[in-house]
Amino acid sequence: MPPVTRLGTFHLDRGGQIFLALLALTTLLVPVLNLAVPADSSLHVSTFTVTLLGKYLTYALLAVAVDLVWGYLGILSLGHAAFFALGGYAMGMYLMRQIGDRGVYGNPELPDFMVFLNWSELPWFWHGFDMFWFAALMVVLAPGLLAFVFGWLAFRSRVTGVYLSIITQALTYALMLAFFRNEMGFGGNNGLTDFKDLLGFDLQSDATRIGLFVASALALAGGYLACRAIVTSKLGRVAVAIRDAESRTRFIGYRVEHVKLWIFTFSAVLAGIAGALYVPQVGIINPGEFSPLNSIEILIWVAIGGRATLYGAVLGAILVNYGKTYLTGVMPDAWLFVLGGLFVLVTLLLPQGLAGLFRRKETTA
Amino acid sequence: MPTPCVHDATRPGALGQRLIAALLLIAVLIPAAAADPADFEPGVELIRENSFKSLEQGVGLVAASGDPRARALLTALQATELHLRKSDGALVIARPGAAGLDLIDPLTGDSMGTADKGDLKRIGLNNRLRGQVRAAIAGLNLAHPDAAVRLSGVNAMLDKLDPDGVALLRARLDAEGDDSVREVMTAAIALADLASPDASRRLEALERLDGSTHPAVRGGVQRLIAGEPDPEVLATANRVLRDIDFKRDLYGLAETLFFGLSLGSVLVLAAIGLAITFGVMGVINMAHGELMMLGAYTTYILQQLMPEQIGLALLLAIPAAFLVAGAVGVLIERGVIRFLYGRPLETLLATFGVSLILQQLVRTLISPQNVPVANPDWMSGSWQVNSLLSLTMNRMYIIAFCLIVFAALFLVLRRTNLGLQVRAVSQNRAMARAMGVRSARVDALTFGLGSGIAGVAGVALSQITNVGPNLGQTYIIDSFMVVVFGGVGNLWGTLVAGMSLGVINKILEPWAGAVLAKILVLVFIILFIQKRPRGLFPQKGRAAEG
Repeated sequence: MPPVTRLGTFHLDRGGQIFLALLALTTLLVPVLNLAVPADSSLHVSTFTVTLLGKYLTYALLAVAVDLVWGYLGILSLGHAAFFALGGYAMGMYLMRQIGDRGVYGNPELPDFMVFLNWSELPWFWHGFDMFWFAALMVVLAPGLLAFVFGWLAFRSRVTGVYLSIITQALTYALMLAFFRNEMGFGGNNGLTDFKDLLGFDLQSDATRIGLFVASALALAGGYLACRAIVTSKLGRVAVAIRDAESRTRFIGYRVEHVKLWIFTFSAVLAGIAGALYVPQVGIINPGEFSPLNSIEILIWVAIGGRATLYGAVLGAILVNYGKTYLTGVMPDAWLFVLGGLFVLVTLLLPQGLAGLFRRKETTA
Repeated sequence: MPTPCVHDATRPGALGQRLIAALLLIAVLIPAAAADPADFEPGVELIRENSFKSLEQGVGLVAASGDPRARALLTALQATELHLRKSDGALVIARPGAAGLDLIDPLTGDSMGTADKGDLKRIGLNNRLRGQVRAAIAGLNLAHPDAAVRLSGVNAMLDKLDPDGVALLRARLDAEGDDSVREVMTAAIALADLASPDASRRLEALERLDGSTHPAVRGGVQRLIAGEPDPEVLATANRVLRDIDFKRDLYGLAETLFFGLSLGSVLVLAAIGLAITFGVMGVINMAHGELMMLGAYTTYILQQLMPEQIGLALLLAIPAAFLVAGAVGVLIERGVIRFLYGRPLETLLATFGVSLILQQLVRTLISPQNVPVANPDWMSGSWQVNSLLSLTMNRMYIIAFCLIVFAALFLVLRRTNLGLQVRAVSQNRAMARAMGVRSARVDALTFGLGSGIAGVAGVALSQITNVGPNLGQTYIIDSFMVVVFGGVGNLWGTLVAGMSLGVINKILEPWAGAVLAKILVLVFIILFIQKRPRGLFPQKGRAAEG
């Protein structure tokens, strides 16, 4: 159940306060420890770690986006990775255009993979991506429009529950198949990679990495506050009502499909922004990001952290991904056992997630 | 270029060729009377001399001898497999083997050891000899006692007709006893008649070719149309071409339909277990694909246990896979799902976790790579309906198997006590319990049944696709699509949906490509669900509101 909040007034719950404080602390400390502390000091944070943390933060933003629709609206989206990947591709296309003639083939007009495919000119949908403002607009518009159209169709005809989950899965699956095709013009199997710089800053330099890390942290904080504002507003209260009793909410007179559509679209945009920040940090985007497995993995982050808390999603995303990084390094075979076990155990034994434990302690104290 | 007109007969060898063709004709016409087995040995001896002149005579003698070994010898000669061994001058057939070239005695068929390329001298042919050998083989083919050999012989001739061949066909036509061979022979003769200067003969030939499905016929008629002066013949030819094209389209459509139905059968098999667990129980089982994978691996293990009896292992795998997957299904139900009834989204997550564990289990215990599962002999081969349409046996078996499984499941649900209880619980759990149905037991058994069917589907999949840890994942989304498209809680819906999706996919494939066709089908389903949120055959009444 969602935390009890006063209607219409924005305020942070306890978990949110702690989360934002920790986030602020990390954002201040990590750059200092990376840039100012000498590399041989035990307090030094390597650039690799900075990038890893930055990646976790983009995952956390993605998880917040999923928690918004799943925890507060009851839509179990099995396709949020699609929005994440679309944002990532928009950013990847900008980064591709920034390579210019520094590619392997040295073609100033065409990215390497197009030269390789013997294409003579840039496809129409690549035009404009050499400008950052246009790419940034597309990061928001591409996932947003897809979510809007998809949601408009689905919610208007009252596709709900598992049906909705399954067609969101079909959506991301179809996109994955489509992006795997070379003819689509998005680099096919290999995706987009070999990026050089972003807004003129070298992507390999420590300062740029720190910049991206800070940007991810700011985006996460902003995304969290925006979602918090939504769920504590009247809109958020209606969303929770829809989650718990959709028909009743409709009979009272609320336009259920409008509420669902706007929150779903907003969530998709957040996912897209997370994807756009993710790509320059990991240095590649390929169709594998669309895979249905990725979408389902996001759900386990949210479930472990605790649904309908927002900060729980952040906690879950960071914990699970840290576990994944650690385990796939130490004993790669065990990772799927652990992940599968987590799915089963969390749904059976910990339906409130870790945040649920925390909250129970808070209320008893 | 001004060259003196040389009469054919004055060209050296031409007379001999004619003679041999005539000889051949006679030999073929009345094989019993003219064939002289004594000619075979001297003929072989002449071939061994390996000059164009001696070859010409030798081939003629061998062909005319009527000796049963002649065909193999000439076929080897045609395929340039016939060699002379340099060491002793022996005539050998050399074929690429494991170590260099394997040698076979053309006269006895016995192995003569192996040799290197340098140890042999190939018996080469010139164009004229090649034509002679081809004609000789054609003649031998036409005289062969096996109708299948005669048929393939005529078919081979049809692709490359020459006047000698046509003469041979005319001569053999009346003696031919097999209808299908006669049909192709008639077509070949008619095709040759198309080149006749007599318009009425061309017209008559066209009438006989009307409706023939052989690819060479279409080419012949097209060539005729390109250079036909006579308007009446031209009109007939155009009509015949239209008829042929219509038939081709028809058979093309039949083939697409067949491919579509076989793909649809796979989809139905994969989805039908899901239709039970999802449709009847309202449980989203994301581990369904992995249960199919278990079925496929059961087939693999049984085949490993009895490598001599691949076919029997496959048959035994059907009940075994049902039991294995069914048992795992019951375990999943008792261990996980029963705590989550009424919370479908949580069930989805938990069973997804189970699917990951099962996948990794197979990777760890067996192998992360794909494993080979053999097809028994009776699964391979195809049924040749006519020259345009051939249906492969494994696809036919899949379609039949799918229908059998469907019928069996339908009977279980309609005619058995368990089926009655399953339907009662799915329609109204509380009332069924009040009537004394032990709903928890029914739940476990229903889930076991659905899972068992998934295992059986896995056995079928093992015959047509790679068996590996990812087998389940490739089919799970498709299976959900079929169930959602067909309408939950309705077996007929699953059947119709699976078959139609299969056919739609195969119809789209030729002009969109396999991947794009799949994408289009997915988009189609996404849009379809908007129109009919409860599928093709929605459940009616109160149950639908659950």
